[in-house]
Amino acid sequence: MNPAEIVARLTERFGDRVLESKPDVVSPCSVVDPASILEICRFLRFDDSLLMDHLELLGGADYKDRIEVVYVLYSMTHRHRHVLKVRLPRENPRIATVESVWRVANWHERETYDMFGIVFEGHSDLRRILCPDDWEGYPLRKDYQFPTRYRGMPV
Amino acid sequence: MGVIEGRFEDNVVITSLDWIVNWARSWSPWPLTFGLACCAIEMMAAGAARYDLDRFGAGLFRPSPRQSDLMIVAGTVTMKMATRIKRLYEQMPEPKYVISMGSCANNGGPYWQHGYHVLKGVDEVIPVDVYVPGCPPRPESLIEGLIQLQNKIKRQTFAKTTEQGKA
Repeated sequence: MNPAEIVARLTERFGDRVLESKPDVVSPCSVVDPASILEICRFLRFDDSLLMDHLELLGGADYKDRIEVVYVLYSMTHRHRHVLKVRLPRENPRIATVESVWRVANWHERETYDMFGIVFEGHSDLRRILCPDDWEGYPLRKDYQFPTRYRGMPV
Repeated sequence: MGVIEGRFEDNVVITSLDWIVNWARSWSPWPLTFGLACCAIEMMAAGAARYDLDRFGAGLFRPSPRQSDLMIVAGTVTMKMATRIKRLYEQMPEPKYVISMGSCANNGGPYWQHGYHVLKGVDEVIPVDVYVPGCPPRPESLIEGLIQLQNKIKRQTFAKTTEQGKA
């Protein structure tokens, strides 16, 4: 399927829960409703015409007025790619985990939690994955203050 | 050697003992298998056949700190790893030596300004004997660092230290 067809399939199924779509950019994307992310991901993963069986990347992006979670999906069967984005508030961002759809999301979500402080609700093991467990703050946030010391070691 | 260390002035027994012990120590500094980043690739190259650290008795990389004399800190020291480095160093038996290999281990290197997660030099947590500059240093540089360490070991003495420090 080409990007326009994927977007059409998504809007046909989810209507106005697909907030915005850009099918003609370099990486075609759809901004979707955070509350229905799990449902939309299941649809993309298991629908026969889409079959997005590979979660290439799950990450975050801080835009100062909002935080986005980005899902880059690829179908090994149909060889097409699509990007999902959800917009969350910067204060206490929470979203459902998609671990049940792609198991690899486990580590990706832990990393996104580690770097941006996005809480993935229902995640089986939401701990920091790169920073030490007792690290303070979320380093990839735009307003992150660099620590001066960590356990007595100067940074 | 703690029994005689620092108890006698320089004399023929002490200096002869210095010579034999330093000779033995400087020609078998077994390193700890401890690669952290890309410098470890150069360290492996230095240990392999072409550059052959075994010529200096330093090619036997030990998997346990209990059996090693030398820690080659080869690579970027993150804050998370710094606590482990300190523990590994403390587990090594005396006498123990540290070579800081590459810019990251020397002073943070490219992470000097914006690396919130990188320790700015491994000497913040453990004492370093020899610094090898480079990013990463070529195997020749590491070997030069090892030779400098050997020279340093050869200057050690069991005699009493003076005001000026060890001879």
